[in-house]
Amino acid sequence: MNKNSNNVKILSGNEACAQAALAVGVRFFAGYPITPSSEIAEVLAGELPKNNGVFIQMEDELASIGAIIGASLTGVKAMTATSGPGFSLMQENIGYAIMAEIPCVIVNVMRGGPSTGLPTLPSQGDIMQARWGTHGDHQIIALAPFSVREVFDMTIRAFNLSEKYRTPVILLLDEIIGHVNEKVIFPADNEFEIINRPNPESKDNYLPYQETASDIPPMANFGSCYRYHVTGLAHDETGFPTNNAEKINQLLQRLERKIVKHTDDIVEVEEYLLNDAEIGIIAYGSAARSARHAVKLARNAGIKTGMLRLKTIWPFAEKQIRDFSDKVKLWIVPELNMGQIAHEVEWAVRGKVPVYKYNKVNGEPINPEEILNCIKDKINV
Amino acid sequence: MSIRYEVRLSGEGGQGLVLAGKILAEAAAIYDNLNATQSQSYGPEARGGASRSEVIISDDDIDYPKAVNIDLLLALTQESFDRYQNDVKEGGIIIVDEQSVTRISEGKFLLYKIPIIKLAREKLGHALVANIIALGIIAGISKIVSENALKQAIGARVPKGTEELNYNAFQIGLEESEKLVAVKTAE
Repeated sequence: MNKNSNNVKILSGNEACAQAALAVGVRFFAGYPITPSSEIAEVLAGELPKNNGVFIQMEDELASIGAIIGASLTGVKAMTATSGPGFSLMQENIGYAIMAEIPCVIVNVMRGGPSTGLPTLPSQGDIMQARWGTHGDHQIIALAPFSVREVFDMTIRAFNLSEKYRTPVILLLDEIIGHVNEKVIFPADNEFEIINRPNPESKDNYLPYQETASDIPPMANFGSCYRYHVTGLAHDETGFPTNNAEKINQLLQRLERKIVKHTDDIVEVEEYLLNDAEIGIIAYGSAARSARHAVKLARNAGIKTGMLRLKTIWPFAEKQIRDFSDKVKLWIVPELNMGQIAHEVEWAVRGKVPVYKYNKVNGEPINPEEILNCIKDKINV
Repeated sequence: MSIRYEVRLSGEGGQGLVLAGKILAEAAAIYDNLNATQSQSYGPEARGGASRSEVIISDDDIDYPKAVNIDLLLALTQESFDRYQNDVKEGGIIIVDEQSVTRISEGKFLLYKIPIIKLAREKLGHALVANIIALGIIAGISKIVSENALKQAIGARVPKGTEELNYNAFQIGLEESEKLVAVKTAE
């Protein structure tokens, strides 16, 4: 596989996602087709059977995520891909995967909502759904690539984080990133790291949810010679349900800690011309493409502008944003939603500098000129 | 100074505009060794409905992958001409299907009228190769990609067994472009 990795290709983000899934070792996909994500399923439907993998088109998205959680539990890397309406249906079981600590990757190629909304048009409206769509206190990891090459890299990273921390990871594309065709050169198989879940060393006295120094218990393949219990109920180290306050607290604190403690490992940002910038832009996904272009337009107009691009959406890049808030005079946050990340930015900035939203929800992408005008507008205030 | 050449192919769903855009992008990026992106915008319908496909060609990184200041517009329907003609930059090129786009308003663009769909139907017996004829015309007029690159890209993308038909369509487009004289609609 990936023999032609040095060949230059024109590929879409969705195709790159499917290729990366194969490269990282995904051998199970269950999903229900939905625009603008369907090409991921389409490619994997063709490729998985040829690579000792399984592709199942399920009856709906509830079943799709149920199937990948079950598959992953047996030891195979598994994923699904969907868009807003399907992502809504998956929320309950995302919580199950968090609670039962089952690695899996859910790709959401965002389109306009709410409801069936705008099937073919871009949006970044599911940022908060990715964070809080499932009920209960929980941590989540969500990544947002902004180019076809980055879709490839981040699909691999999504699996690595998922396996490393035994948790579901959300990969947030949007219609533009999923469907744009770009010139791309993929890395060869030996040019990226693959992380696999920690396996137990011995089946003697195996405790599936054991407290360990790393906070991540070794995971035995279900159906192998390990017998254990898996549940969405609060459980003790054996995996059986418990109402013991101490055990419940132990579990929930560990689930929280295993992500929060590793925030620095998980959060990635890209600084673009920020060092001397007076105007800072915070953007992600396709809006960051508009913003990058706008930074160049602004610099051509003599306005020192830079961008902090969020590659990891959740956990939030609070520290990085707060640090740069000592350098820039203001932040502008362009998003294809009503300002879901802008509120988080305001919280991270703690009033150090003004934060201005720039939002668009009409199904059209943000024209870089709009951001430039916004910049000019704000410096004249 | 880097180049940024923006092409918008517009018409209705089912006319092969997305495929034509991909071929144009591949010709530029793979065979002519430039950079290119292709993106599309279409409605939820399987066929019909407004459809557009955009190709950005550059010798530099392409940040924003959508057209903002169009160098070349192809319009295969009246609706797409009406909707997009104002997005074409001053002195830019508009190529229209002569039978489909009959009401031409004034603008500071160079207009080329060609019966693209009729040529596809009458010379090749298939209206669906109109997209490839259009690529031949675009190559001939704009010179933004080489004929050779486009021909290779067409061969690599079209369904097996249809290569000859598509090469013929491309050739017809190239020949048409040589006969053309731009019509200026306004000074």
